[in-house]
Amino acid sequence: MPNQNCYHCGDPCGWSNIRFDAKDFCCNGCKTVYEIFTTQGLSNFYELEARAGTAPLEAQRKYDFLDNPDIVERLLEFNEEGLQVVSLSIPTIHCSSCIWVLENLGKLHPAISMSQVDFPKKILRATFRSGDFSLKALALLLGSIGYAPDISLKEFDKKEKQVDRSLIQRLGVAGFAFGNVMLLSFPEYFETGEFWLDRYKWAFRYLIFAFSIPVVLYSAQPFFVSAYKGLRSKVLNMDVPIALGILALFLRSAVDIIFDFGSGYFDSLTGLLFFLLLGKFFQQQTYAHLSFERDYKSYFPMAVTRLEADGSEKVVQVYQVGPGDRVLIRNQELIPMDCFLVEGSAEIDYSFVTGESDTVHKRAGDKLFAGGKHLGGLMEVEVLKTVSQSQLTQLWGNSVFSKDKTSQFQTLTDGIGRRFTLVVLSIALVSSLYWLQHSPAMALNVFTSVLIIACPCAIALAAPFTLGNMLRIFGRHRLYLKNATVLERLAQVDTAIFDKTGTLTTHKKDTIEYQGVALTQGETDLLKTTLRGSNHPLSRSLYEILKSNAILTLDEFREHTGKGLEGRMGGQSIQVGSASYVGSATKGDTRQTEVYVRTGESLKGRFVFQNSFREGLEGMFRELGTDMHLGILSGDNDGERATLEGMLPPGTKMLFDQRPGDKLETIKALQGDRRVLMVGDGLNDAGALAQSDVGIAVSENVNVFSPACDGILDASNLALLPTFLQLSRKSIKLIKVSFILSLCYNLVGLSFAVTGSLEPVIAAILMPLSSISIVVFTTLSTNIMGRRLKGDKT
Amino acid sequence: MSVIYILLTISITVAVIFFVAFVLSVRRGQYDDTYTPSVRMLFEDELVVEGKVKALDNSDRSIEKEQTNE
Repeated sequence: MPNQNCYHCGDPCGWSNIRFDAKDFCCNGCKTVYEIFTTQGLSNFYELEARAGTAPLEAQRKYDFLDNPDIVERLLEFNEEGLQVVSLSIPTIHCSSCIWVLENLGKLHPAISMSQVDFPKKILRATFRSGDFSLKALALLLGSIGYAPDISLKEFDKKEKQVDRSLIQRLGVAGFAFGNVMLLSFPEYFETGEFWLDRYKWAFRYLIFAFSIPVVLYSAQPFFVSAYKGLRSKVLNMDVPIALGILALFLRSAVDIIFDFGSGYFDSLTGLLFFLLLGKFFQQQTYAHLSFERDYKSYFPMAVTRLEADGSEKVVQVYQVGPGDRVLIRNQELIPMDCFLVEGSAEIDYSFVTGESDTVHKRAGDKLFAGGKHLGGLMEVEVLKTVSQSQLTQLWGNSVFSKDKTSQFQTLTDGIGRRFTLVVLSIALVSSLYWLQHSPAMALNVFTSVLIIACPCAIALAAPFTLGNMLRIFGRHRLYLKNATVLERLAQVDTAIFDKTGTLTTHKKDTIEYQGVALTQGETDLLKTTLRGSNHPLSRSLYEILKSNAILTLDEFREHTGKGLEGRMGGQSIQVGSASYVGSATKGDTRQTEVYVRTGESLKGRFVFQNSFREGLEGMFRELGTDMHLGILSGDNDGERATLEGMLPPGTKMLFDQRPGDKLETIKALQGDRRVLMVGDGLNDAGALAQSDVGIAVSENVNVFSPACDGILDASNLALLPTFLQLSRKSIKLIKVSFILSLCYNLVGLSFAVTGSLEPVIAAILMPLSSISIVVFTTLSTNIMGRRLKGDKT
Repeated sequence: MSVIYILLTISITVAVIFFVAFVLSVRRGQYDDTYTPSVRMLFEDELVVEGKVKALDNSDRSIEKEQTNE
């Protein structure tokens, strides 16, 4: 049954499937999880959602650092009287079954008294008794059922994060006041001068006044602050006319009520703030489970094993390790600092740092750089530099990482705000000067009326609703942008620079080519069986493509980590691995990944692995090439230059062998006269992504891996990039149309204001009407525009 | 007609009570995660008693997989 999917995780089982309890599993891990769930009465996991599981990781020693009490103390949120509370980030949470099983953790271990999932953030918060259980045991338990928590260096530095809930509170205050003020103003809208109303109007008016005070003092605060900040740095942003309008509304209404000139405009005031805050709230689109601010700390281990002077091993926090210390690094671990290899040999995978996909062989005495992943047996290293001074981590010392792109960018709304403020102020002045000559008493009235009616509520709403809705539409098609200004910046880019490895190519599908003496069926069977025992990514991919149906039992199997595999059955033996391991005399092309095969005494040939490019790239480049400059910036060698030249428009600039710092500088140089979009994937692109005007990280699994960036794009939708760019440009056009529309409303309002006949009821109708029509217009238009993406959806 | 004062007082008191309840719920973090509770409330105590396998009709409670995770 080669087409079976795993009952637990849904991955194809292939030939290694395991039958258990009349169900198929892809690996022993999944079978174990199934056993745990069914024996503990959690089999409902499979009822809620079919094949929802995640294959567990084999990580026996991964959480050893949780034996260190200092580290545990930093991670725990609460630790008293035998009770401990911890929040763990679990990236594999993805469906309702996950929530269900994680919230029933207590069934798996009695010491866990409470566990709660925050799905959008992918966080599990667990309470457990510390006497017979520990954080390490919890981490291992979660790991064993496929929910390995992600505990990295970042967690160690984390400070108590204060959740900012002020916006929703301000919105609540404004909404509450708006509703009540409207209700209390109603009598005066319809019957003025009526006896009873006249008698009780004081009660109504002062109540309204009281409701409005918290709105002005609390809800309107962000607008005043922003306007003040703008004025201080001599910028007239959109919040200046808004703040002016709010002030004019409040003071004028207060005067009106106190001196009994009229009922004031408190209904418009509260309504205005309610709508403005609603716009802010709508724009505050966040993808809580995605992190746009990651740096190396999210990937670096929290602790390492240090060899003490007396030869004993001790797990210590990485910050406590200094130059001269001896540290042990195990297979698959990341090297957290620059060091010398003292003992053992290593294959270092620097793809994290350079994008180069091949491993580098290192011997004792060689220098190793932070960020490399160690593949091979245990190795002992001597530390040269502390974590923060290592070569890779120094990249984060570059000032681009502390710059805030948002604050430097002048949004379209703020750009208009300047001219708008000047025009409104001059209209107010001219009209009040005019009235000063004809009827001086009216002058102040007209001046405030102009400021009130010109308060650019509708204009201020156009951008948040258009951009906010567009962000949501993009999110549905798996482009997750950090915030709305990214969308505005995206509309302005004229240059797109791509990283190659991992961005244009995919890690998932390698094209494998065999060169050499053809293997017999028997040899193929033996090879495939040998590969089955190995978890090395190359073995896995090779295993997938070999055509063989036999499952043999090997007499002998050995894995030489970092070198290759050895299998023997009967009189036949086979060796698979690197050229040096197999003993190949031919020096292959170092620009590609190769796996050599030897059976018995004769060298058979080699499998050549090539990264395959993602689908739809040619079309994407053609579309982008029509109105943008393109470029390739790769940390890899130029082995695939010819292939890329075939896909890209002629004359495209391509740079290879770029180090992370080089990438950053290249982008910086380009930014002299261009707006640059950088599309990358790994930490090696982090500098370039931060420096570029818009940095988008392409990721195969958006929840797991991405460097700091402005947006995360799911790799399967990379070909939609031109459409995303076009839509962002259209959104900007749409905002401009909305500006014109709301200016029309303002003109109508101004005609009332300058003639001195602005009744409160007119203001109360005009303000919400213009706001709501803008909201409806922008939302509908963006939805219609968003349909284009659906047609293209892959 | 002075009864209007009593009515106003009552209506505003009720409104303020709800407003305070809202502010308290925001402060206690009830609005921090608005998704998970919507899933959680659909779970019953679905632990299978030993030897008894419940056949569940889950057509109405399967929640669409997060798009991001396919």
